[in-house]
Amino acid sequence: MSKKNIEITVRCLLFLCSIISLMILVGIGYFLFKNGFSAFIENGLGNFIFGKTWNISKNVYGVYPLILGSLFVTTGSIIVSAPIGISVAIFMTDIATSDIKKIIGPCIELMAGIPSIVFGLVGMIFLVPLIRENFSPPGYSLIAAIIVLIVMTMPTIITLSEDSLRSVPRQYKEASYALGATKWQTVWNVTLPAAKSGIIGAVILGMGRAIGEAMAVYMVIGNAFKIPNSLFDPSRTLTSNIVGQIEEAALNSQHMHALFACGIILLIFVFLFNGISFKMRKVV
Amino acid sequence: MIKPQIAQKISSVLLWTITLLVVSSMLFIIVYTVLHGWRSLNMHFVFGSTITGGLMAPILGTLYLILLTLLFIFPLGVGTAIYLSEYAPENKFTKFTKFALKSLAGIPSIIYGLFGVAFFVVFIGHTCILAGALTMACLSLPYMVTSAEEALIGVPKTWREASYALGATKWETTWKIVIPAALPGIMTGVILCAGRVVAETAPLLATVGFSPFNPVSPLDGARTLALELFYLATEAPSTGGITRQDLITQAMGVAIILFIIIILMNMSVRWIGKKYSNEQYKIGR
Amino acid sequence: MKDKLYSKDLSLWYGKKQALKNVDFSFKDKSITAFIGPSGCGKSTYLRCFNRMNDLIATVNIEGEVVYNGIDINGKDADPVEIRKKIGMVFQQPNPLPKSIYENVAYGPKIAGIKKKKTLNDIVEKSLRKAAIWNEVKDELKKSALALSGGQQQRICLARTLAIEPEIILMDEPCSALDPIATAKIEQTMLDLKKDYTIVIVTHNIQQAARISDQTAFMLLGELVEHGTTKEMFEKPINTETSDYINGRYG
Repeated sequence: MSKKNIEITVRCLLFLCSIISLMILVGIGYFLFKNGFSAFIENGLGNFIFGKTWNISKNVYGVYPLILGSLFVTTGSIIVSAPIGISVAIFMTDIATSDIKKIIGPCIELMAGIPSIVFGLVGMIFLVPLIRENFSPPGYSLIAAIIVLIVMTMPTIITLSEDSLRSVPRQYKEASYALGATKWQTVWNVTLPAAKSGIIGAVILGMGRAIGEAMAVYMVIGNAFKIPNSLFDPSRTLTSNIVGQIEEAALNSQHMHALFACGIILLIFVFLFNGISFKMRKVV
Repeated sequence: MIKPQIAQKISSVLLWTITLLVVSSMLFIIVYTVLHGWRSLNMHFVFGSTITGGLMAPILGTLYLILLTLLFIFPLGVGTAIYLSEYAPENKFTKFTKFALKSLAGIPSIIYGLFGVAFFVVFIGHTCILAGALTMACLSLPYMVTSAEEALIGVPKTWREASYALGATKWETTWKIVIPAALPGIMTGVILCAGRVVAETAPLLATVGFSPFNPVSPLDGARTLALELFYLATEAPSTGGITRQDLITQAMGVAIILFIIIILMNMSVRWIGKKYSNEQYKIGR
Repeated sequence: MKDKLYSKDLSLWYGKKQALKNVDFSFKDKSITAFIGPSGCGKSTYLRCFNRMNDLIATVNIEGEVVYNGIDINGKDADPVEIRKKIGMVFQQPNPLPKSIYENVAYGPKIAGIKKKKTLNDIVEKSLRKAAIWNEVKDELKKSALALSGGQQQRICLARTLAIEPEIILMDEPCSALDPIATAKIEQTMLDLKKDYTIVIVTHNIQQAARISDQTAFMLLGELVEHGTTKEMFEKPINTETSDYINGRYG
């Protein structure tokens, strides 16, 4: 083969690779909608989204409590993990010496690498009994899921906020210090405002992670199909609903369609969060 | 107004406290797991046949799944990365592909589980390692592409120019100069993806099957360590003489094994990163 | 009597590399002192010792004394924050904060605890006037400082420094990023400010040192080679290296 032909062949092959990569996204969208859309039709879009019954034997599916459950755990966890995560990021960029960074950095990396199932396990064995005995039974509850998600979203928020704080030009900080500002004044008045949109982006991406987390939430939330009255009530999210039933639902049944429709709603939320996050962090 | 110097002290103490809290919560998870699980870690449990209550099938299943997944995404991911970094023209299609990959990376893993059921399991006809590996390949592809792309972009432009100036074609330059230089970064991507296979559970729930036998063919069912952990933690004990507490201890034991794997992977990524920045790149940049 | 600001036997290391070697120098009040020397000679590093800007670099080690008003500013009791309020700095690259012109100039006073709008307004106007840029920006104080030209930005930075009412102004090659017209404006401003402030300027521009400074010091490879009044230095330098540099025989 001549050099020219090799060149053309290679180019075609590589292009094919990227086409296949692209097809995966298209494929996911297609199969999700093909299976999930029927649920909107079978139940009626309004009844499906605002319905409060999930009855497999009668084939009636409404996901209102699931949407609320997902939104509750997401907001609940982010309210706590955002300020904590941002604080740690500030600590890492502006306070920690390089020795301390060498210890804490790998810790946070490890935290990001812990399988979600392990968070679920520790939550289930440690946290759930703790809540049951000290606060209110059954322990499997909204608050348990929120606490687990606080820990799980932390690495995302820390790492991305840190990136954005680090990308603030050094000149800004120098200008502030040279005018007699303390470290904290510089962080508060210069670094944080300059990194604001990146940090908001990090937090919103954290929300995307939280709403999409399935296994750990499933293991601690109790999976009661109802709108929780308090933080100590068991509840169910879009994701934990899928985890609980994906194995038993028959292919092409209305039940399976309803699970896929949960996936569609979940995906809409995730894309919404990630889209905003990309915009804020200027990724796209 | 509080004196700035005092505010500085307060904020500093506060940030220290919060950081230590976060780090200790993580250490707590590890220590708690180790304390509750180490008793289960004996030769019989870790390397024993799964029929008799050992972990042989999940360990083999995990390895099998990692290999099969990498077999799919290595050529596909690296190929896509090379196309995007070296060949792709600056147009809407390229932009869209990059955007699609970023979107893929954000999709929750449970969605991949649904997709795997609806497509791969239906296509093959039953749950098996192949279906699980294809599902995991979709999930980890964006990570593979991103790491490889970053590594390729990091190769100094001057090296490419030097190769072109000597009369090399684009592919010769890519194959002989760019890819070797980017290899450490690509390896990082490979480890990252293997890590995903080890850690993920949701996409495998309904795709990989749950056979207690050691897997042989890719069309066999299998279980992974993470899946095994999930079932140990959530199922009621089925055989006599085993209590729920035993199962929990075993689940914690599996968690320890997962920790060890993750730590080893993180360490090798760091090691590659160090070697990489020390040797080659000092000259290049 | 000792001068307000001097360094004694000052050495500095970046990691293992020594950047300053036993520098002794004393600054005359209310005058302009210029530090000249080829790039990498340590003149900027030396300047950054006086407001402890080197603190921001983790690997720096300092030996010797930098004394301001009788206090060793690297000493345990010295507070870099207080020192920086008295010893201001203008940087090589104009570095306005990503805020409005007004907020840039008011930043220092606000940080020092001044809250009254009226006082702040006065400080901003006074400082901008001193930096000779008031007339150019008085109608657009709300505009982002980043939207100004380089020369204007640098004068905003000067005004910002003046707003904290320092005694000493350090200038780290303040004109190297500017065109000749903007440079001339800054130089004129410096000459006007001389009666109230002690100004230290680091410059790679020998002519600039000759034009504006009262004292000149020449540094090479981290050492202070020679210093004296600008007139003496330029007319009859003692050291051959100094005369070589002044006559343009160095890179």
